[in-house]
Amino acid sequence: MLCDNCKKREATIHITKYIDDKKSELYLCEKCARETGHLNDNDGFTFQNLITGILNPDLNDLNKIKESSMECNNCGLAYEKFKRNGKMGCAECYSKFENKLRPLMKKIHGSESHIGKVPQSEKNYLDVKKDIEKLKAKMEKVIEDENFERAAQLRDEIYELEKKIGSE
Amino acid sequence: MFSDENISLSSWIKQRGSEDDIILSSRIRLARNLKELPFPGQSNRKQMDQVVSIIKNVLLEKKIEVAGQSYKFNYIEIKKKTPLQRMMFVEKNLSSLDFAQDGYGKTLFFDQSEELSIMVNEEDHLRIQVLLPGLGIKRAWVIADAIDDLVESKTEYAFSKKWGYLSACPTNLGTGLRASVMVHIPALNLSSNMTRLFEVVGKLGLTVRGIYGEGSESAGNIYQISNQITLGKKEEDIIENLESVIRHVIKQEKNAREKLYKNRPVFIKDKIMRAYGKLKYAYSISTNEAMELLSYVKLGSEMDIIKEKEISPLLLKRLFIIIRPAHLQSLIGEKIDNSARDLKRAELIQTEINRKGGQI
Repeated sequence: MLCDNCKKREATIHITKYIDDKKSELYLCEKCARETGHLNDNDGFTFQNLITGILNPDLNDLNKIKESSMECNNCGLAYEKFKRNGKMGCAECYSKFENKLRPLMKKIHGSESHIGKVPQSEKNYLDVKKDIEKLKAKMEKVIEDENFERAAQLRDEIYELEKKIGSE
Repeated sequence: MFSDENISLSSWIKQRGSEDDIILSSRIRLARNLKELPFPGQSNRKQMDQVVSIIKNVLLEKKIEVAGQSYKFNYIEIKKKTPLQRMMFVEKNLSSLDFAQDGYGKTLFFDQSEELSIMVNEEDHLRIQVLLPGLGIKRAWVIADAIDDLVESKTEYAFSKKWGYLSACPTNLGTGLRASVMVHIPALNLSSNMTRLFEVVGKLGLTVRGIYGEGSESAGNIYQISNQITLGKKEEDIIENLESVIRHVIKQEKNAREKLYKNRPVFIKDKIMRAYGKLKYAYSISTNEAMELLSYVKLGSEMDIIKEKEISPLLLKRLFIIIRPAHLQSLIGEKIDNSARDLKRAELIQTEINRKGGQI
């Protein structure tokens, strides 16, 4: 298809416009799209802009006031600053702004939880947690069988493991 | 006239790799932060120094053995380097454009082959990078994974069970992994609509960028294809997905080359020989023009239109890098303006092609 504007070059850009529910379509080549202002390299479509775009929908005034006073008590990053430059200030920011971040993660990554690599220190912790879960299941079972002596043993084992990882 | 001692090229530039007619390099980057310190954007100078000293302790003590290979590290402080020296790291893809700007605490650690490097105090405390020639994305991950384990054994990372490795920018959250492959696809660019390729790649969770990463332009038919999503996927799956898309791109490019040769032989031969002629005889040449001409000469060499003994694949790869502004000026040994550079660039290309009969 040829460009609607110059009628010479191949159209590579397809623009659909809706004005008052009236649909109009335009097929342009790259050069004409640039010249007619439909394509602008300076728009700089970067992730940064994407984040600040997602974070800056038109909020109602009440929310705005609440947000403007939010800040991380660990590093002092104000939520307003994050909205502007799209960068977290420290590890704590992630818990402080968790509610705000969750929908953002969904939009960026289509997911809210990590399933990849885990640091060794964390891995040990997770292994112990798994062991505890297993023992707890076993304990339930022996209680059902009224084997209380064995249940008491298991309870002590669980207690030891929980102490090891400092869990409540 | 041109002094080779003023530049040092990374092994990804000096060595050949698999599928390197179409794949120039493979890169793995991991974003990591230390648990106890605020990210560089919110850090004071003392905190930035702390990060640097932790990494010095890990990397500089002795030879580092990871993934069956040994590495010896060196480091530079960005603020102590001239803008030209910094830009050379960008041109070799060892540093991001942002990192090369003057700023306190920014330190680049790299091994002798420049295969393994860590940017310290970029937007994250650590950006671990592995760069290999050709299609070597899986091997690059093995090395990055191992050096990551080593660093982690000496310090504690900012990590959350829910969100994985915590990064300054939420777009890197989770695995912190960016796997990217630099592809050279002149035939696809000549014969089809690149926007369509970008769309398809985008649907698969990948993105296409220019030669220096985000926000940079493409030159010489070279593009970087990398994963966009870092959260909710396993590292191995991200890499597998990228590699399978890359293999598809390789196939498409090869098809496009065959078709060009079969259907438009005069057009393509003329394009290639003209490019070769211009490179050999131009008196003044810009970076972008030189990149484009080199791209066609590389294509010509791979399609056997230009013989390898005239100009070798490694010389072409070297030229792709050393004609860039910072490398060119370093070779000359002084800073010169744009138009003077274009003259020198033309001279450099001729010198390189004539020297040793186009071989390295």
